[in-house]
Amino acid sequence: MKQKFLLPTALMVGLVAVWELYVRLGGVPLYILPAPSKVVASLFEESATLASHAVVTVGETLLGLGIAAVAGILLAILMDACPPFKTAIYPLLVVSQTIPVIVLAPIFIIYLGFGLAPKVLTVVLMCFFPIVVSFADGMEQVDKKQIDLVRSFGATRLQEYTFVKLPAAAPTLFSGLKVAATYSISGAVVGEWLASDRGLGYYMLRVKNGYMLDKVFACVLVVVLLSLLMNGLVKLAQHLCMPYERKKRS
Amino acid sequence: MSFKLQTKGLSFAYEGKQIFRDLDLSVEEGEFVSLLGPSGCGKSTLLNILTGILPADGGCVMVDGQEVQGLSPHFAYMPQQDLLLPWRTILDNVCLYGRLHGKEATEKARERALASMELFGLKGYESSYPSELSGGMRQRAAFLRTALCEADILLLDEPFGALDVITRGDMQDWLVGMREALGRTTLLVTHDIEEAIYLSDRILILQGSPAGIAREIRLEEKQRSREWLFAQRPLYSEIYYLLKGREDSHVD
Repeated sequence: MKQKFLLPTALMVGLVAVWELYVRLGGVPLYILPAPSKVVASLFEESATLASHAVVTVGETLLGLGIAAVAGILLAILMDACPPFKTAIYPLLVVSQTIPVIVLAPIFIIYLGFGLAPKVLTVVLMCFFPIVVSFADGMEQVDKKQIDLVRSFGATRLQEYTFVKLPAAAPTLFSGLKVAATYSISGAVVGEWLASDRGLGYYMLRVKNGYMLDKVFACVLVVVLLSLLMNGLVKLAQHLCMPYERKKRS
Repeated sequence: MSFKLQTKGLSFAYEGKQIFRDLDLSVEEGEFVSLLGPSGCGKSTLLNILTGILPADGGCVMVDGQEVQGLSPHFAYMPQQDLLLPWRTILDNVCLYGRLHGKEATEKARERALASMELFGLKGYESSYPSELSGGMRQRAAFLRTALCEADILLLDEPFGALDVITRGDMQDWLVGMREALGRTTLLVTHDIEEAIYLSDRILILQGSPAGIAREIRLEEKQRSREWLFAQRPLYSEIYYLLKGREDSHVD
């Protein structure tokens, strides 16, 4: 356990040290590659600005992730309840993932304007697929004997889902949500790159155009931290929703 | 004579193979009957048909002289695996039948469950999750879940088959002591000859392809104990050779 934490930390510290030395000793200019110490300094200097933009991005992310989660869960249940529908829609879902979001985002702007909607839709598109697929697969893998048992006890079709299928597939749903949550901040940033006057994506473009690469890297660092935070929030939700997972017999 | 449970001319085929044809069996009110046979002879399939999970190809199932079709509230089914829901506490699991049938049934099941926890060796584990219990305790919880169904016939499908030999023995001892308290008509499916002798009023030996009742053995002893069971060695041998002989001839 100790090694699991120490090894990646040591590797990361080593890489940052090499980077710092390379920039300092090699005299690399700021507009090519800023030193990590300069990035951290910018992070603190710009913290108020970054925070104000981060609030916008997190808002878009939470809205998009929420919509993706609700729509994904409903679609997965529909796919499970109606296998012909699943057969029909599954290829479309896969194809939808082959189109790069960066290509679709300008189209969203044409249809939805420059407001909140295209950014939220970008997040939805990036998060929807892992949620649907993982939850639908989870429900498909539920022990059929458990379904037969509740059915023999007189369970209705709805009760088969509420008593067995949904809770049994919850771990796979959370796996999908973790993947989606990790992508979600990036989705919002991509949306902001294309049309926005607020948010981390907008800030990143602005400082990049000014060749302030230390601030670009500081912004990237914030995106990474927020993505990890989103992932952590889903883990926390899983921890709270599944207390039985923590109580294994010793 | 009127029987609690009867099958008349029951037939079932699966993927072109006739599992059983024109199967007739009957169980009296309050009787404990074991259906003994080798693996794959159709014992569990028969229970699935009785519970209504599988439809029969022909024949009928009768309870108290009335034909029943599909899922019937007359039967409470206990499978080999405990199939407890890991996300529900033991109390919630044993009250499953009640929870599926509304608030009033839930309250009733809860009351009965709390009153039975001690008898089933589960007192103090009401709020525990299945993963916190031993295999034997889980199986007793599954048994209580079955007993709390408002059904008059218990269908037990190798309920102790997944347990180790010692725990299985403990569970069989426990069930022998519980039989009167349960007071239900019971049909037990097993391939364990000792278990069938120890627990049953009557053993039906299912054999052949398609399967049929090859032999019926009545056991009159009311005071069952391990000593009594060990004294039944000749009967064990008789059943063993009957099963083996028929199996050999079937393989040939």
